[in-house]
Amino acid sequence: MHTIRYFLGRLCGAVPTLFAIITITFFLVRVAPGGPFDQEQTLPPEVVANLNAAYGLDQPVWIQYARYLRGLAHFDFGPSFRYKDFTVTELIAQGLPVSFTLGALAISLALVGGVAIGTFAALRHRRAADHVSMVIAAVGIAIPSFVLLPALGLFFGIYLHWLPVAGWDEGSVADLVLPVIALCLPPLAYISRLTRGSMLEVLGSPYIRTAMAKGLPLGTIVFRHALRPALVPVASYLAPAVAMVMTGSLVVETIAGLPGIGRYLVQGALNRDYTLVLGMVIVYSSLLIFMGLVADILIAILDPRVRLEA
Amino acid sequence: MSEPLLEARNLRVEFDAGRGLFRRKRFAAVEDLSFELRAGETVGLVGESGSGKSSLARALLKLLPAARGQVLWSGEDLTALSGAALRMRRRDMQIVFQDAPSSLDPRMQIGDILAEPLKIFEASAGARERAARVARMLERVGLSPRMTNRYPHEFSGGQCQRIGIARAMMSNPKLLICDEAVSSLDVSIQGQIVNLLQDLQRETGMAMLFISHNLAVVRQISRRVLVMYRGRLVEAAARDALFAAPLHPYTRALIAAVLSPDEAPARIAAEPIDDEPRSSRALAGCAFRSRCAYAAPVCGERPPRLEAAAEEHLVSCHRHAELAAVNTPPT
Repeated sequence: MHTIRYFLGRLCGAVPTLFAIITITFFLVRVAPGGPFDQEQTLPPEVVANLNAAYGLDQPVWIQYARYLRGLAHFDFGPSFRYKDFTVTELIAQGLPVSFTLGALAISLALVGGVAIGTFAALRHRRAADHVSMVIAAVGIAIPSFVLLPALGLFFGIYLHWLPVAGWDEGSVADLVLPVIALCLPPLAYISRLTRGSMLEVLGSPYIRTAMAKGLPLGTIVFRHALRPALVPVASYLAPAVAMVMTGSLVVETIAGLPGIGRYLVQGALNRDYTLVLGMVIVYSSLLIFMGLVADILIAILDPRVRLEA
Repeated sequence: MSEPLLEARNLRVEFDAGRGLFRRKRFAAVEDLSFELRAGETVGLVGESGSGKSSLARALLKLLPAARGQVLWSGEDLTALSGAALRMRRRDMQIVFQDAPSSLDPRMQIGDILAEPLKIFEASAGARERAARVARMLERVGLSPRMTNRYPHEFSGGQCQRIGIARAMMSNPKLLICDEAVSSLDVSIQGQIVNLLQDLQRETGMAMLFISHNLAVVRQISRRVLVMYRGRLVEAAARDALFAAPLHPYTRALIAAVLSPDEAPARIAAEPIDDEPRSSRALAGCAFRSRCAYAAPVCGERPPRLEAAAEEHLVSCHRHAELAAVNTPPT
């Protein structure tokens, strides 16, 4: 009950944050030189004037802003300036399921794999398995996905013919394997180092010694007593990890040719497709704000001494 | 005489003290230590900070590995046990730690903390029986059974120590090691906890190893007292014999240092605690000689051996026979 009230309170608190983000982005993209209809070939002034009138760009900026906000209040993100005959809502609705599947798989794998590797390394502290996994983790953090994904594609796709190098065949799991691996590796590596550190600290604490003196089996000590506190830093890292996966997905989707929404942000920004950029910023920042909230609630669940107060 | 419940034989516990060029340097916290503990007996273990009391306690329960020597539990060598077999023995040997609040999992309610030993060792007990036994134990240690769903940080230090004792008692151990269990508490609470421990012992007949640097408490609770200095046993005797006629100069100094309303306290030469590894050279003589008022040339030549000065009275001092004649402790 308390948690639900806290959750709703925080959701309401997110509205001003989102509003500020929208406002800043709205004016920033318009300050950037160039406009949505600039092309290599200069269009006749009459055409430009018509286009501007059609999209409302002939109005003063603050009227455009007011119109945009009015649209948002009705969940209307407006028409795309460059994808003719598409609204931003339609574009996002097309790409979001692909990006969401990719991102959710990558985050889940990073969490499960990272926590497992980190815990294992902590239990094998200063032994070979610990050193090996931490070196791999360091490498995982260091290699950017635009290097890793082509390398994986080369090996598993071209040499071994196990998996497709790129492309998207609706509903094919094989298409997702390499992009998910490339996307999840940096957060996985980071989470495993995070888990190892906090797990080592917890394992050295007096109440773990008590648990050992009680005669608990190692599994019980790890899962019942040690894992919960050790996961607190991991939960705090959840929102940054999601951000990492989101930015990573911009690159990975482009390289792997996945029809997600990542490309819209880059192309939208390059094309000065004002409404598309704004729509993407709203989607991404809502998700990030939401994950931050989820992380705070997770921490309160992990540590009952944390009181959720709005 | 019956077989001892717990016996340490030439036990050595060591820690890493940095790495040398060719091999790791080792620091012996406990060195060549032997003693016995019989069922139902209470033995006090005294010594200054750093004398190896806690290391000994943890090595006895195999919470620390023994570098050398054996720990026998009812004749069975614990140092050779591991895994599930060792865990099953833990039911019978429990420990109460000095730092009670941090020895309890801050994320667990105390009802769960107390029920956990039952879940491992008496899996047949249902939830209702567990709850009943937890409530009974809480009441037994002077806490309210209504407190089961509170977390450790909601309790005071003394209450946490009671919870620690209750936790240790849940599996009906045959041996309870109290590692400075009352040292961090104020004097009135110390008295309550000591009384509680004595009551519990009377009811259950368990043996107790009571570790403390507080001689007054040890004197009240113990039948026999062991004195440790620098990882070695320097004196072991029945309580009354030890307090009436201490033989080792270190024991004398410890007893003399206890504040008494009648006399001015005696002083013991303070010496910085050396954290260097004890090399074989440092062990050439008696470890106490640099602080000893009675040190003679022989004390620097070879280490004294633990020998029987009287029946059930062991002491490790070259000059104990001469010193027995000197009645007053050094001033």
